[in-house]
Amino acid sequence: MSDALLEITDLTRTFGGGRSLLGAARPGVQAVQGVNLQVLRGETLGIVGESGCGKSTLARMLVGLDTPSSGLIRFGGEDLQAMRRLDRHALSRRIQYVFQDPLSSLNPRMRIRDILAAPLKHLRGLSGRALDTRIAELLEVVNLRPEFVTRYPHEFSGGQAQRIGIARALAAEPEVLVLDEPVSALDVSVQAQVLKLLRRLKAEFDLTYLFISHDLSVVETISQRIAVMYFGRVVEEAPTRQLFSEPAHPYTRLLLGSAPVPGGPPIIAESTAAELPDPLDPPPGCAFAPRCHKAREACREAPPVLESLSTHAHRAACLYPERGPWQASASTTATPGAP
Amino acid sequence: MMAFVTLLARNRLAAFGGILLLTLVLLALVTPLLPLLEPNATNPANRLQPPLSEGHWLGTDQLGRDILSRLLWGLRVSLAVGIAASLVAAFVGSLIGLVAGYFGGRTDNTLMRGIDMLMAFPYILLALAIVAVLGPGLLNALYAIAIVNIPFFARNIRGATVSIAHREFVDAARLSGKGDLRILVTEILPNVLPVIVITLSTTVGWMILETAGLSFLGLGAQPPQADLGSMLGEGRRMIINAPHVATLPGLAIFLLVMSINLLGDGVRDALDPRLKSGALSRPAPMTRIRRRRHTAVDDDLNAPGQDPALLEVDDLHTDFEVGRDTYRAVNGVSFTLKPNECLGLVGESGSGKSVTALSLLGLVASPPGLISGGQVHFQGRDLLDMGIRELRKVRGNRVAYVFQDPLSTLHPLIRVGDQLVEALRTHQPLSRQAAHQRAVELLGQVRIPNPTRRAAQYPHELSGGMRQRVGIAMALANDPQLIIADEPTTALDVTVQAQILDLLKRLREEQGTAVLFITHDFGVVSQICDRVAVMYAGRIVEMGPTQDLLANPRHPYTRRLIDCVPRLGEPDNEPAAIPGLPPAANALPPGCAFADRCDLVEPRCREGDIALIASDANRQVRCIKPLADHTVIGAAHV
Repeated sequence: MSDALLEITDLTRTFGGGRSLLGAARPGVQAVQGVNLQVLRGETLGIVGESGCGKSTLARMLVGLDTPSSGLIRFGGEDLQAMRRLDRHALSRRIQYVFQDPLSSLNPRMRIRDILAAPLKHLRGLSGRALDTRIAELLEVVNLRPEFVTRYPHEFSGGQAQRIGIARALAAEPEVLVLDEPVSALDVSVQAQVLKLLRRLKAEFDLTYLFISHDLSVVETISQRIAVMYFGRVVEEAPTRQLFSEPAHPYTRLLLGSAPVPGGPPIIAESTAAELPDPLDPPPGCAFAPRCHKAREACREAPPVLESLSTHAHRAACLYPERGPWQASASTTATPGAP
Repeated sequence: MMAFVTLLARNRLAAFGGILLLTLVLLALVTPLLPLLEPNATNPANRLQPPLSEGHWLGTDQLGRDILSRLLWGLRVSLAVGIAASLVAAFVGSLIGLVAGYFGGRTDNTLMRGIDMLMAFPYILLALAIVAVLGPGLLNALYAIAIVNIPFFARNIRGATVSIAHREFVDAARLSGKGDLRILVTEILPNVLPVIVITLSTTVGWMILETAGLSFLGLGAQPPQADLGSMLGEGRRMIINAPHVATLPGLAIFLLVMSINLLGDGVRDALDPRLKSGALSRPAPMTRIRRRRHTAVDDDLNAPGQDPALLEVDDLHTDFEVGRDTYRAVNGVSFTLKPNECLGLVGESGSGKSVTALSLLGLVASPPGLISGGQVHFQGRDLLDMGIRELRKVRGNRVAYVFQDPLSTLHPLIRVGDQLVEALRTHQPLSRQAAHQRAVELLGQVRIPNPTRRAAQYPHELSGGMRQRVGIAMALANDPQLIIADEPTTALDVTVQAQILDLLKRLREEQGTAVLFITHDFGVVSQICDRVAVMYAGRIVEMGPTQDLLANPRHPYTRRLIDCVPRLGEPDNEPAAIPGLPPAANALPPGCAFADRCDLVEPRCREGDIALIASDANRQVRCIKPLADHTVIGAAHV
């Protein structure tokens, strides 16, 4: 654990809030609440969750696009906020971001050359011939033809545009790439190409990935470790294989059971409508309790903390974690008593 | 740029305005070179000569000055002042708008409240007050007009900037190490520039008119300098005995402002992305149909003599005609759907699956859509032969749609209950009350808790899953025989998707509705569909019972597409990518469209159309050498 490259402690981000003109306190929305996570050097940590779980807010705080309301992010031992204050380029040289929508993250009125040149000029101080050589190298690294530099973003397909986004992130020569749903806007055949590219780049440049997605099967193929988020908190964290074989949090089990697999078993749907709690008025206890079949009184009193289960690496924020392998339980609940 | 010019030239009024303005500007530019009389030389003996008198084509004014000369020199002044004032207003206003919109928060508040204060005064009064403080004179009139017009620019540009400042590419630029100033100048300004040009082109005319107004009141150009406004003002006194003295400058102002406004409107129409996307050209109520004879290959469909089909699509062709290109989105699609059956139409984006679905009821926007061939038999009648009146009776009634994004298909300002009532009463003779009761029942049927309360809510008050339930309730309103669901769960979270799929499955069991389910997700297909048709480049390449097709695909494309999907619980099974891209829909190759990406390609794959052939019982494939069971291909690329 000493090799943690990123250490996130009690990270919280509240939107809104504060006081109105008349002094009355306004309710704030807690997008991320007390998240503790470690990202090891060289690993791929997957972050999984559905819309509104705070995974994108977390990612934006890591790259400095957003500032935490409280809590600490350490990057290689240094406080990230202090690093940003000293030199706003220092952070961007070490950690970069790949956006979800490849086309909207490229300025429609700039040529690819200018898009790729920006990080090289401002973060790496390149100019003249060195700049052109590096741009050509970057395009080659992401399998794009060198003549693309004079084109505009709208001339590219989604997959090609995402490669340009990846090349731009690599231009800064970062140690960490935060990938925010990098393949969800792409067709499956293109998605596979981009995933393959990401895997190759990681080995080639010794990168550490933070891979955010709502798609469990994609995260499974690329991550060594996975953190599951629900309503602003990490509810479970485990090495990938362990998470998929023995998911402990009922929410993780629900997610796994809801994902349709081609030719797989029938999925299980909740009988009552799946609604998130009101973010302006969060419940005092576990946010998942209203949807949980195991919820008891204690669950509704205080939010459970992330605690180690059978192994140190497998942690879940649940008072009554599920035990035993997942596949077996799936087939038993799926056949006769499906809701 | 060329596209912009051709677009502008096609707009006849704008072209007329442009030519007129060009003439006027040229005239103003060459005025000093023309053999004109001195504009300010008075000649009281020759005063108030009528037009076409000797030596003075347009006559003379009350001081005997040549009107033609004064008109041209005045045109110069008016144009120069009007344009200069516009540029000053555009520069200052855009700067304020950019800064306010980009930085937001307190900066925005301070700047925009200042702008609001400027706008609180009646516009001409403010100009008068400014001139009153600065003193009369042409330059001061210019300042006054510019200041008065700043708010107009500031507000427009701020709005445009706000919508761009939160786009992802601005975040990306920040992460590329660009500072605020650089982002404003290199990222935001180029995107806001069209808005500035549009605003400018629609205000220059006004500004010239206002300058003339101030001069008319004696606050702009001072005698003896000629300016269209001041000429009009001076001529006004002689309107009875020498009407031409006032009429000619008035006519000049009219022509100038009209030409600028016509051109300005043209520029706006050509530049505004909303207008460019065809918002002005209202699509026809049904897709244009111009059926041609296509040289179709004989596709083997289900053998005759089986149950009568509910829907029978035969060799459907839908094209998009954009400029000189024809994009063949649907290129000979044939399938049948039996009552109570669920057929999945699977494909990647651009494969033509959604266009197929929309073509069935003539819902493809026309222009540019065109159904160029085929038949759609629904309960024995060809829907494409029906007129719009008859078709409307089918739409939402016997055939209903469920779309991907219920937020954009539900009306945001009407309560969901009332929208259901409308759907019901369009096709059924129900009283408002009975319809409302039925609407609440429908909401209950799609398992929305507390349906009475929900019916009184607006779409934005519901979560994504709830909205999609409302969308399904609306489709069910008139007991349709066929529901066409276009990616109904793609925008939803997996746990919500699971519920919606469960709901659709049960409704199908209870009501016996047939479903055409369009999706890109094989996982979803295997949950809900009885049969699957896989589409590629506008054609069905393979069709068959779901489990059978997923287990043993016959077409190489299907095989490879299934291999692309990462499978949950099999982390070692690395998804294999398909190299290359699908062919462009305006340049489809002869023969198999997948040939360029296929490992097993042979020369004859590229020779002519390939028919959909029966490979097994109930299965068809469009391939000359279908795969055998359990074939593994593409290993070389993994």
